Amino acid sequence: MKIVVCVSLVPDSTTKVKIGASGKSIDETGVSFIINPYDEFAVEEAVQLKEKSGGEVIAVSVGTDRSKEAIKKAFQMGADKGILLKSGDADFDSFSVAKNLAETIKELNPDVILFGKQSIDFDGSVVASMTAELLGLPCVNVVTKLELSGNEAIAEREIEGGKEVVKTSLPAVFGAQKGLNNPRYPNLKSIMASKSKPIEEKPFEAKSMTELTGMSLPDSKSSGKIFTDGVQNVPELVRLLREEAKVI
Amino acid sequence: MNKILIVAETKDNIFKSNAFEAVTTGKHMAELLGTGYDVITVTDAPDEHLKTLGKYGASKVFHISLTELNSKSPASGIKYSHSAIASAVSNFANSEGYEIIIISGTAFGKEIAPAISVKTDSAVITDCTRYTVTEGKISMKRPSYAGKCNTNVNYTSGKIVITLRPNVFKAEVSETDSEIVNISPDNLNISAADFKTCVTDVVVSSGKLDVAEADIIVSGGRGLRNPESFKLVEDLAEVLGAATGASRAVVDAGWRPHGEQVGQTGKTVSPSLYVACGISGAIQHLAGMSSSKFIVAINKDKDAPIFQVADYGIVGDVFEILPALTEEIKKIKG
Repeated sequence: MKIVVCVSLVPDSTTKVKIGASGKSIDETGVSFIINPYDEFAVEEAVQLKEKSGGEVIAVSVGTDRSKEAIKKAFQMGADKGILLKSGDADFDSFSVAKNLAETIKELNPDVILFGKQSIDFDGSVVASMTAELLGLPCVNVVTKLELSGNEAIAEREIEGGKEVVKTSLPAVFGAQKGLNNPRYPNLKSIMASKSKPIEEKPFEAKSMTELTGMSLPDSKSSGKIFTDGVQNVPELVRLLREEAKVI
Repeated sequence: MNKILIVAETKDNIFKSNAFEAVTTGKHMAELLGTGYDVITVTDAPDEHLKTLGKYGASKVFHISLTELNSKSPASGIKYSHSAIASAVSNFANSEGYEIIIISGTAFGKEIAPAISVKTDSAVITDCTRYTVTEGKISMKRPSYAGKCNTNVNYTSGKIVITLRPNVFKAEVSETDSEIVNISPDNLNISAADFKTCVTDVVVSSGKLDVAEADIIVSGGRGLRNPESFKLVEDLAEVLGAATGASRAVVDAGWRPHGEQVGQTGKTVSPSLYVACGISGAIQHLAGMSSSKFIVAINKDKDAPIFQVADYGIVGDVFEILPALTEEIKKIKG
């Protein structure tokens, strides 16, 4: 079985966002970058599929050289090969990513393609589905359970207040949600082994349909009414919620 | 010709409130652009229910029967197919020449919007919380980094698919008599190949309100000390008719299911009231809930970052305050 897993590098979730000088991106000073947390579930699922049915896992990322870190993390977890679609520093949108990924994945002709359900930077949640559509393949996103048998797949997908059971056929694209599995911690042996795994570089061509024109921080809140002496303030809190905020 | 097409979603053949939000938003956008708007829905809801869209200003509703659409599926026993619905909406939009498609960003909307954008050669902008129209061009505002910042996005293609963040845009009553136009899937060029994904079952979590849909959320964190103490959070949630939420720390510790996690790697929520109990307020948690209308924080540490985003707060023992709060609210709710 050939499995492609698409990974991206994002600012750590503990990042305090400041707007950069261009006004169109965040200030990266002091920001540490990690593999997108949802992509870890995708990588883990890919590696488990390989362990079960044999084959190989190819990790694909889009970005500058820095994005190799996301591929290397996938290597440490058990991916075999990497491809970096190497972009310049110029902006590009989700459609550009999907279009370039689709072209690369088409050549690879995999059985299963895994993504994280969304990246935690732009939160677009569209790249997996758009890539699938460009390839003419089925896509199920926000997957919390995946079972493959032969050419068929049954996925459970999280929805408001429950889940959907979705049947599809392979090859197919799946977007991983937290809960799909427990991503492994790489051990020393796998970290050492990852160092010799190859990353192929391919060109990336921006084909954007949207343009980011500016970024801003949310309006800051005026300070609230904080009572500092414990449980005796409960009746007053309830009164405020009822009469001032009018929310209960 | 009308440029805007609004997709209205039903659940169990009843329109979701988010469908009305989408209709009102489409109507306003049409007014600003000097164009018209139509609504499309794929459902088995009866005509009299379809006409409720008229209450929010939908004068023309194109209706595709879900049963008829499903009859084109090669498999039997399917509930619905996201891929087939995306094909039906896209084929209709392409044949009628719509330029703007508006969909509420629910689980359903998020699943079909990217496919529709590709099928209609449109750009897609998801999770919009505001829009402006300048010289006939729409520009969208959407949160990024789980709400730590906002981005303004334009589109450079001629056409656009927009998803709206649920519960942000208001549904406004504007009584209109709706004309219902039934469209047969036969005329939409739907074939077995469009049924790439098929939902065979929908499982509802036992009577629990989801944080993504709740108007009030009571969340608990490490300050609760053990999983058993979440009973206090659940009790308060019950008297408030609220959903139960959780911080990442307690989800990762296995105390609560991941579906309850609020924050950058969980759900981003904006309820009317968010009550944070024993949650210190890590950056990634604040990102997921600071757009709530009112925030109440209960924490023993007066310097906890959660107090910086709170509208109301009590510094004190969560084990004392929670039961007292539950009792007090019970009293007033009588």
